Amino acid sequence: MIDWSSWLFDGLLAVGLLLLAWLTVISADLFRAILFFIAFGLFMALCWARLAAPDVALAEAAIGAGISGALLLDAYRVLSAPTLAAAPALSRLPGLLALLLGGVTGALSWVFWRLPPPVLALDELVQARLADSGVSNPVTAVLLNFRGYDTLLEAAVLLLPLVGVWIINRQTPAPLESIPVGVTDSPLVDTLVHLVTPLAVLSGAYLLWAGAHQPGGAFQAGSVLAGAGALLLLSDRLRPTATPQALLILGLILGLVIFCGLALGVMADGSPLLRYPPAHAGLLILVIETALTISIALTLLLLVSGAAGLRWGRRW
Amino acid sequence: MSHSAFYLLVAGFLLFSLLLGLARIYLGPEPASRLLVAQLFGTTTAAVLVLLAEAMSLPGLRDVALLFTLLAAVLGVAFVRLSSPGRETPP
Amino acid sequence: MTWLEFGFPWLTTAIAWTLIILGALFFMAGSVGLLRFPDVLTRLHALTKADNLGLGLICLGLAWQAGFTPVAFKLLLIWLLALLSSSVSCHLVARYVLHAAAREQRRD
Repeated sequence: MIDWSSWLFDGLLAVGLLLLAWLTVISADLFRAILFFIAFGLFMALCWARLAAPDVALAEAAIGAGISGALLLDAYRVLSAPTLAAAPALSRLPGLLALLLGGVTGALSWVFWRLPPPVLALDELVQARLADSGVSNPVTAVLLNFRGYDTLLEAAVLLLPLVGVWIINRQTPAPLESIPVGVTDSPLVDTLVHLVTPLAVLSGAYLLWAGAHQPGGAFQAGSVLAGAGALLLLSDRLRPTATPQALLILGLILGLVIFCGLALGVMADGSPLLRYPPAHAGLLILVIETALTISIALTLLLLVSGAAGLRWGRRW
Repeated sequence: MSHSAFYLLVAGFLLFSLLLGLARIYLGPEPASRLLVAQLFGTTTAAVLVLLAEAMSLPGLRDVALLFTLLAAVLGVAFVRLSSPGRETPP
Repeated sequence: MTWLEFGFPWLTTAIAWTLIILGALFFMAGSVGLLRFPDVLTRLHALTKADNLGLGLICLGLAWQAGFTPVAFKLLLIWLLALLSSSVSCHLVARYVLHAAAREQRRD
């Protein structure tokens, strides 16, 4: 009985994904395309949920739908001038391109269908060594222990776009400053801030701690905290500045520094890089994740707001 | 009908109503109407997540719904502020 | 809710499923309203019904099924947060519309 209901739901999800992707690309109006893209991100989050990956679903919903949507709207604001015309009439090229892409997709799908089942059962391998990893959530174990090196590099990669944004913003001021508070200057927003900020901090701390044994972790906690920070920025309680503060820079590099420090530190008694001693692995992972949460939250917040630094705003 | 099948069916129904709402992004003459669809998408996604959590016996999805609702509040404010016109003077 | 089941073991499920179906119908009503109403503010009115009652009834139905457990409380919390966020968002959209209308009037 469960089969046809699964097929119905998954079918609708797949159709929705394709439809939204097509609508995003085909829209002549940029604003429409941005909203279709946000909806596409939400459908992707539902796909991850359907694939039983709650960690990724949360990251997709927060980053792919939320932060990307805000970034795109920001870019739209900066770009949109009365002189910006709609897209020109379509020539024959998109049709040929569609045929080519459809052919490639079809070929890939056929190859995927014909692949033999994988010989290496990765999830069994992970489950076998889970007890040594220091955590009981297999996702966290893979991210922070078995493939810790990848996460270390990701922490560095996260800082690079921020530097790029700072360089660009030296020429153009942060977009947020040029928008008067206007519409959002409302007592309801004040109430929202007073209720959501403590909830977000609590949820972030909970996600960070719970990531050891259930879906959660540094990235999810960081994105929730970045959301709370964005709310403070939007309601004029934090103000963007043109140059970063020393404390802010410290927070940004904290994750990378602690991760590198611990990765090298465990080599002191002869282990290879990133080989945590199994007795202390849980504690080390928690320390690394805490530092990463702070860095990720600050990086995402600065990326979304386009600011180089933060200072206290007028309203509290 | 098994419990999971029922929840999946209702979730599918919600997805269908969501896809219907897409038309307003295409039509809505003002940007405000399009923002409303984004708001609808947020709440409907939370409902689908909660139903999926029950259908697939994944309690983690309820946490996703909770946090997503939290972030949706921030995004609502962000979208409205970012869609408002700025000062008339160029940067 | 076993006290309710002393004669009819299926009563809990029946109530829960009815609530969930009603919630889904409100969601559909919200989408239809969004499509059919002529004006932004009337569409806003339709949307808030889906947000509040749709999600509320679905959460209530699932909580009824779950009984007096932490799961039910988490579902209630989700609904309360959704109420908070959708109220503020829709309020802001309404303000946005009114500001835009005032700007148009000033321009004429």
